[in-house]
Amino acid sequence: MPDLGKYADTVLSAYAASLLLLVALVVLTIWRGRKVRREMETLESRVKRNG
Amino acid sequence: MSIWEYANPKKFLATTEKVMPALWAGSAVLITVGLVWGFFFTPDDYRQGSTVKIIFLHVPSALMAINAWFMMLVTSLVWVIRRHHVSALAARAAAPVGVVMTVIALITGAIWGQPMWGTWWAWDPRLTSFLVLFLFYLGYIALWEAIDNPDTAADLTSILCLVGSVFAVLSRYAVNFWNQGLHQGASLSLDKKENVADAFSNPLYVCMAGFVLLFIALVFYRTGTEIRARRIKALMARERLEA
Amino acid sequence: MIALLLRDLKLALRAGGGFGLGLAFFLIVTVMVPFSVGPQSELLARIAPGVLWLGALLACLLSLDRLLALDWEDGSLDLLATAPLPLESTVTIKALAHWITTGLPLVMAAPVLGVLLNLPAAGFQWLVISLLLGTPALSVIGTFGAALTVGLKRGGLLMSLLVMPLYVPTLIFGSEVARRGAEGMAVQTPLLLLAGISAASIALLPFASAAVLRVNLR
Repeated sequence: MPDLGKYADTVLSAYAASLLLLVALVVLTIWRGRKVRREMETLESRVKRNG
Repeated sequence: MSIWEYANPKKFLATTEKVMPALWAGSAVLITVGLVWGFFFTPDDYRQGSTVKIIFLHVPSALMAINAWFMMLVTSLVWVIRRHHVSALAARAAAPVGVVMTVIALITGAIWGQPMWGTWWAWDPRLTSFLVLFLFYLGYIALWEAIDNPDTAADLTSILCLVGSVFAVLSRYAVNFWNQGLHQGASLSLDKKENVADAFSNPLYVCMAGFVLLFIALVFYRTGTEIRARRIKALMARERLEA
Repeated sequence: MIALLLRDLKLALRAGGGFGLGLAFFLIVTVMVPFSVGPQSELLARIAPGVLWLGALLACLLSLDRLLALDWEDGSLDLLATAPLPLESTVTIKALAHWITTGLPLVMAAPVLGVLLNLPAAGFQWLVISLLLGTPALSVIGTFGAALTVGLKRGGLLMSLLVMPLYVPTLIFGSEVARRGAEGMAVQTPLLLLAGISAASIALLPFASAAVLRVNLR
């Protein structure tokens, strides 16, 4: 851990906030992507069976 | 072989699927290396102390916030001119990423500004134009969400994006005129005098490359999601028709 | 074209057309300002140009959703689109009618409200000139926003979100002219820029509005 001096809170909170936002963005993206892909696959198999 | 081949959704999905793992891994490695390098192995600035380390998040996110809008402008133009659906969906997929980048740039800037400028927020031209850019992003996304018919939505949002780009540039000059800035000039320009020192610029380049890769990965992935969501809609409509 | 302009003006003037509502809103907003910031006359004099510009802008914004929505609902917009008149001219006329029924009254009311806010004497002339130059841009940009959201139910709030960022440059230069005028400074630069924005918006935005309207009428 480097010595951040009196600005430790500033630097750490900036890193925490940014990383949190980035991780949230990636997680939400992948979560929705998986959901949509699953839905499409069930729908496609159903359409194939019927038609 | 031309870029327009990727206008075919199937081809786009197949190709992005192949490069996805490399993109995710590349962006993760670059961002980790860049941030670790920047956080642990750079000296403190003689004036800013350790707060200078925030630059490794602030500059790349600001870069991507602007370039995301620029990418949306290009893909909107492609949609308006050549009417490739993938293009319109890519613009839609990029907008939320752009919003998050804008927010990161604003938040890191505010956190940095508090000890350095003595205030969280100042109506400085750069800060203000970023806030305006944020509003443009919100309007763009809201319009996408509000319209049911996907082709209508694509048309309207792309025209909004074109008109909005012109006004965003106008606003940039207007706020420049309206208030003198506190913000420092470009951190990385060809003019050596303005540049940050080499000790900071090398990890910064790594972080910027990482953010670019992350943006590409996210946009590819999200575009794939949008293509599938479109397909779901089409399949359901067909089913209802047959039933 | 003139027939369409007269029709729009008549519709706006008749009962239910909403004429005067914008004006009343402008008055109300201006009256509310001293209640919220306090009655000190020096403070009011300082913020008067900006407040009046913002009030005019909001009044303009709120009257926009009637601009195309009524014609959309009763189907006359479809007729206008199939008429020999190009849609670009139609939206220009619509914007002009909006400006005559909303923008122009706001310009004329502004000096009166300036008195309420203790606007310095030097400021009146520049306030009127800046509003006269700026409100056409507000109408044209607003028409674009109205065209974007015309097909949507409850599009009013969305339209505000879309139009407000587009108003930023006009607002900045417009109130800058009024502020500098009130403080007795040179106004030429912002005045020219404001005129430039107005001219460019009037010349180019009708094409975007017409394109958007065609998509919505499809």
